[in-house]
Amino acid sequence: MHELGVVFHVIDEIEDLAQKNNVEHVNKVTLQIGTVSGIIPDYLVDCWNWAVTKHDIMAKCELIIEKIEAVTHCEACGRDYNTIVYGKTCPHCGSTDTYLLQGNEFMIKEMEVV
Amino acid sequence: MDTVRIIEVKQSVFASNDKRANELRQELKEKKIFLLNVMSSPGSGKTTTLTGIINELKNEFRIGVMEADIDSDVDARTVSKNTGVEAIQLHTGGMCHLDADMTRQGIEALKDNDKYDLIILENVGNLVCPAEFDTGAVKNMCILSVPEGDDKPLKYPLMFEVSNFVLINKIDVIDYFDFDLEKCKENIRYRNPKADIFEICAKNGKGIKEVADYIRQQIYDWRR
Repeated sequence: MHELGVVFHVIDEIEDLAQKNNVEHVNKVTLQIGTVSGIIPDYLVDCWNWAVTKHDIMAKCELIIEKIEAVTHCEACGRDYNTIVYGKTCPHCGSTDTYLLQGNEFMIKEMEVV
Repeated sequence: MDTVRIIEVKQSVFASNDKRANELRQELKEKKIFLLNVMSSPGSGKTTTLTGIINELKNEFRIGVMEADIDSDVDARTVSKNTGVEAIQLHTGGMCHLDADMTRQGIEALKDNDKYDLIILENVGNLVCPAEFDTGAVKNMCILSVPEGDDKPLKYPLMFEVSNFVLINKIDVIDYFDFDLEKCKENIRYRNPKADIFEICAKNGKGIKEVADYIRQQIYDWRR
């Protein structure tokens, strides 16, 4: 829903890092996105392709997205399960005393530069 | 020939916003300013509720208000007219939320911003994006109104997880809707067992004093 806003955040970070590392041009950026992060990859790519045209150092910069599966841990029975399928309620024991282990990430993993 | 190299970043995109939000919170602490972030759906009664709360607290605290919307200054004018406190309008330029930097810019735009005891940020009406970005606020307040339904906390988990207290507004029309009050409270606690919950009607003033008393106590605790 706020893909354009987060793209601006990513670009700010990348530009900052590019400056610190004496980078001439950023060719490629890899993001890691959790499946319950609320970010829709297709929209993100569309916003990205538009936004990078506004930044010379990132012109035509390619965006690679790596998905991170969502996993929830149950405090009651100690087991882990797929968050997308079962949500907050543990499918093993029915407890709701659960928390997300991974899946809400939105990380810049690496950038390929010259 | 240019050499291509890989820079490993491994950094959360939200981390830089979280860092800036923490810096802002720390500065506000030193200045003894309490920043309250108010979030809800569009039309839940944020502006009317805030007007009531401000009128309860304005004799005791110096209050400034920031109204964030995509466009127009109707909310800032309404709050300013109905309470007499300074209210400014922030335009997000199409963005669906405020981040810590935008909040800081807003605070700097308030006249004599050091003098305030309480600054209220009325975030963009939206249950999704504002929850993802820490604004630097001391507390998050969420308003859920009866016509929206008692199942909102199930549909928008993060909003209710990050809210320290939740107001259930428009309680006066509850009989006209299929709204189960106990179920709603259960749903809120399912997401956030620590959330404090108030039943209010901003229009007739029911419950507003209790919320104002609660915020007063939060301000005292923050200054300590």
